Amino acid sequence: MNFLPIQIILSLFLIFASSRVILRLKDGALAFKDFIFWFSVFVLAIIGVIKPELTTLAAATLGIGRGTDAVIYASILLLFYLIFRTNILIENLKHDLTKLVRDLALKDDRRVKKEK
Amino acid sequence: MKKLVLILPALNEAQVIGKVLKKIKKKVKALPVKTEVIVVNDGSSDKTAQIVKQQQIKVLTHKINRGLGASLGTGLAYAKLIKADFAITMDSDGQHDPKDIIKVLTPILEKKADVVIGSRMLYSSNLMPIIRKFFNFISNLITLILFRIRTTDSLSGFRGFSKKAIQKIQIKTDRMEVSNELFLQIKKHQLKYSEAPIKVIYTDYSIQKGQKPSNAFAIVFKLLLRLFR
Repeated sequence: MNFLPIQIILSLFLIFASSRVILRLKDGALAFKDFIFWFSVFVLAIIGVIKPELTTLAAATLGIGRGTDAVIYASILLLFYLIFRTNILIENLKHDLTKLVRDLALKDDRRVKKEK
Repeated sequence: MKKLVLILPALNEAQVIGKVLKKIKKKVKALPVKTEVIVVNDGSSDKTAQIVKQQQIKVLTHKINRGLGASLGTGLAYAKLIKADFAITMDSDGQHDPKDIIKVLTPILEKKADVVIGSRMLYSSNLMPIIRKFFNFISNLITLILFRIRTTDSLSGFRGFSKKAIQKIQIKTDRMEVSNELFLQIKKHQLKYSEAPIKVIYTDYSIQKGQKPSNAFAIVFKLLLRLFR
């Protein structure tokens, strides 16, 4: 079975990314559900790179012309969703920061009152 | 006697806050409630906090800047903590007239409303610049679409809250989008809503300090994020 250079480069990169996902699960930086999500994404990508005809099959089922188009559409959707999730995560962090700053302000006020 | 907390969020207002507080202190003496004025100093880098302290007024200081929503949240959290019966928020740049405090307070005192917005649009000689009128209209429309509440001035910073509203409202947005989020809270907690006409004093300083129309899109985006969070 002969592989094109791009298939080899992409596969190596995706294998590297999968190994990072496993390592992050092992050191506890990644929750199990996130591990399943990211590992599935990379494994599916490896399958798509090694067997591109499968993406064409999936594209035909969805009514999209070429396999490459289906992959690009799916990637864009995924990226949009992830950016949205990241924004929400940042907003939640900002909200937690505000709570902390507020608690400190009220605590300082109580301390000043006690000192008086 | 019932307690009112008058909340003034402030960010780098050293230039005007002394004068504003003097005017407010004079007016609150005539109110039919015991009033405590507090300034929420939102991480100011100038002498705002010192000037406020010199006037024997309480300052709650945010160690870092967290925005208007965060400051209002801190003010309301304080009101909740001291079991205040009413809370009123006003801008600290001098654009609100302390004479209007009673207008915002009256519907709450009479138990006709839990939240009162001081509307600049209901004031007979409204001098709001046209660009602000336009963005206010867009914001009112968004409030109507998202929360099904009709308002004439969703961006007003002059607001009154009853004890019930103080206890129930939990502000989650940190910045300017708080103006719209308050309507979400009104709807969520089924609070009685009313408006009172207020005068706005536009000066070069208050116009420069006020909300920039270009922020409108960021406000809508953040509000949507908040809704989907």
